[in-house]
Amino acid sequence: MASGKTHDYHILPPDIVPLATTIGAFTFTSGMVLFMHEMPGGKFVPWAGLAILLAAMFAWFSKIVNEAKAGDHTPVVQLHQRYGMILFIASEVMFFVGWFWAFFDFSLFPSEISKVVGGHWPLKTMEAVMDPFDLPLLNTLILLCSGTTVTWAHHCLIHGDRDGLKKGLWITIALGLLFSSLQGYEYLHAPFAFGKNTYGSAFYMATGFHGFHVIVGTIFLAVCLKRAYNGDFTPRQHFGFEAAAWYWHFVDVVWLFLFVCIYVWGNWGFPVD
Amino acid sequence: MATIPHDDFLAHEHEDHAHHDHKPGFFARWFMSTNHKDIGTLYLIFAVCAGIIGGAISGMMRAELAHPGIQYLGWFATHIFGESNPSFDQTLHLWNVLITAHGLIMVFFMVMPAMIGGFGNWFVPLMIGAPDMAFPRMNNISFWLTVAGFCSLMISPFVPGGTGNGAGIGWTAYAPLSTTGSQGPAVDFAIFSLHLAGAGSIMGAINFITTIFNMRAPGMTLHKMPLFVWSVLVTAFLLLLALPVLAAAITMLITDRNFHTTFFDPAGGGDPILFQHLFWFFGHPEVYIMILPGFGMISQIISTFSKKPVFGYLGMAYAMVAIGVVGFVVWAHHMYTTGLSEDVKMYFTTATMVIAVPTGIKIFSWIATMWGGSISFKSPMVWAMGFIFLFTVGGVTGVVLANGGIDDNLQDTYYVVGHFHYVLSLGAVTSLFAGFYYWFPKMSGRWHSELLAHLHFWVFFAGVNMVFFPMHFLGMQGMPRRYPDYAPAFEKWNHLSTVGYMVMSVSIVIFLINIAYALVAGKKAAGNYWGEGATTLEWTLSSPPPFHQFETLPKIEDDHHH
Repeated sequence: MASGKTHDYHILPPDIVPLATTIGAFTFTSGMVLFMHEMPGGKFVPWAGLAILLAAMFAWFSKIVNEAKAGDHTPVVQLHQRYGMILFIASEVMFFVGWFWAFFDFSLFPSEISKVVGGHWPLKTMEAVMDPFDLPLLNTLILLCSGTTVTWAHHCLIHGDRDGLKKGLWITIALGLLFSSLQGYEYLHAPFAFGKNTYGSAFYMATGFHGFHVIVGTIFLAVCLKRAYNGDFTPRQHFGFEAAAWYWHFVDVVWLFLFVCIYVWGNWGFPVD
Repeated sequence: MATIPHDDFLAHEHEDHAHHDHKPGFFARWFMSTNHKDIGTLYLIFAVCAGIIGGAISGMMRAELAHPGIQYLGWFATHIFGESNPSFDQTLHLWNVLITAHGLIMVFFMVMPAMIGGFGNWFVPLMIGAPDMAFPRMNNISFWLTVAGFCSLMISPFVPGGTGNGAGIGWTAYAPLSTTGSQGPAVDFAIFSLHLAGAGSIMGAINFITTIFNMRAPGMTLHKMPLFVWSVLVTAFLLLLALPVLAAAITMLITDRNFHTTFFDPAGGGDPILFQHLFWFFGHPEVYIMILPGFGMISQIISTFSKKPVFGYLGMAYAMVAIGVVGFVVWAHHMYTTGLSEDVKMYFTTATMVIAVPTGIKIFSWIATMWGGSISFKSPMVWAMGFIFLFTVGGVTGVVLANGGIDDNLQDTYYVVGHFHYVLSLGAVTSLFAGFYYWFPKMSGRWHSELLAHLHFWVFFAGVNMVFFPMHFLGMQGMPRRYPDYAPAFEKWNHLSTVGYMVMSVSIVIFLINIAYALVAGKKAAGNYWGEGATTLEWTLSSPPPFHQFETLPKIEDDHHH
């Protein structure tokens, strides 16, 4: 590290973690190819890759936490982190645009030539869809509720109420887990299958990627809870928490679009299960 | 934060050098780097290597196309790709593998790493007066993910991909050729290669935007920022918003191929055209991603060697913003023959032509910058003027192809191949060489041979025009792209094109010799070796700059413009 710096930017020493993370990612994607083609190592290599990837990410994020404690995160570095998180979420929004694009293509212009679809959305050959005002509505309320509890936790943190911070986070995480469990239950009892047609493809991939983001967000919040118990975060500096909260709100908003478009509008007037 | 007057800075450069250059050991420096200049160097070395591989593949294609009939493909399949006794279909499949690999390598692993990863990393922090990038560790993983993506792509030609070894899906990976048409792991390796490289590019984009917005030296407002920095800023936004859509699209390919979804399978109601929409929603911004940093470099170079500020600075900056914004709403001009309605074609024709306006602003402003300037024809300037000419040719054929009606005839002919190689191979690559000769002594501290650099230019210029100009004639005569064979009537221009390739290869050898010469015997370069025209902040530093520059931030005075 440089000795003579007179600025507030964060100059980092060399680090092996980015290369380790890359090796994990490359092992994972290559392992997935082996798995998908039932080649030797297909049952083992993806897990090895995932393990390396997660271990490297754990090491990476631990370093960031330690650097925050060491005071490396000056106001301008915190500003970098804010920009970084906002831009990351912007890229995630565009990722979901791709899945919504597929959904609207299929639902607004249902295929006339496919016997499975028969020019209808939901498809002519489907018997029933999920009732949006059953479990999906409950899940909507759960996720919206979790958005308020994470805000409550943030409010407590700003006002120095550590107890309230932990309670708010506990409830948010519990609601997140409840949401994921209900999604899992819903998938298991859905009246239509994963593959073979556009309805299942669009529905499961869009909601599935959202579900994956809910799980990531829950882990992010759980890390914040652990850090809260460790005594991290001050009323003035707690960007790790804020990033988790932003991410959680983003996941929440994506769900609202999924709910309104796929569950309510897309299923409108169709027999429900 | 103290003001550092220009001269004072240069006077201290040696002292600076001795004081802070505690470079890490070899492994730590190059495998664990958190230094924007070292990572930039890694990107440039990587891009040169990938470019040589991608260029060798085009050599294989030009050899095959020198004469009608199938000449060398069988030999390549046996001796390079290790297929024993390839059938005729496998031999032809190799052609698809070659065009796919050439396209993906040149786009994702040569132009993008060199422009954004290489020059962007090196010069964005230097030009805005910052000590490094905002996220130095993330900068490192952006590079390594690019390498990982390249490794994944390099595995694919050696494993089954359907008809034969390798992914023969075209760089556009259209379904159903990329789904039911190409079973086998090669295609999945190629797709994951884009996932890996794309993740790296998204992180790079986040890094550049954050760096440019937050780390400009005191006094450097956005409207005082050098145009190269503007170009990288716009490019980074395009990457950030376009690449995730590609990620979604190719994830759909993966699930269609392996997990029975039917996004692109008509039997299940899917829509192959959907893939084209998603792909080109990414793919069109992608072509601006490849050229905008080149625009930025050309602006710096024209201004430096005309010894004048760029003509119409703000117009130049916002022309790039306009190109970036409009670039998101023209994608279906790549899809005129897919059955779009007349109204849709009219919209996309009009929107596409609108892009010619900001592009014209740039071309004319470069010329106006030279007008009345005190021009010195150093090698970067010659390359930059070559760029203006070649890119304009590509731009003009672009206006031709923008017309939905004309494109009905020219779609998928060599006219299109000629067009996009004029903007990329002759536009983007020429700007890369211009930037290279402009900055190489700054990066390495040593002079290349100006004589060889000029020679490189003229041989390259003659070669690439011979390769690509005849393609317009071939296209007008109806020769389709993506075939290894053609009717004998097309032989003359194809043969000339192959000869042009050989000329162009000689220029690349000159280039490599020039680098070797500079590194072994090049004279030491001063801090500001281009003199009074070079006014941006990198010229206030030594060549090469200290390992950590701007430990005290420079302050930009009102008179210190662009």
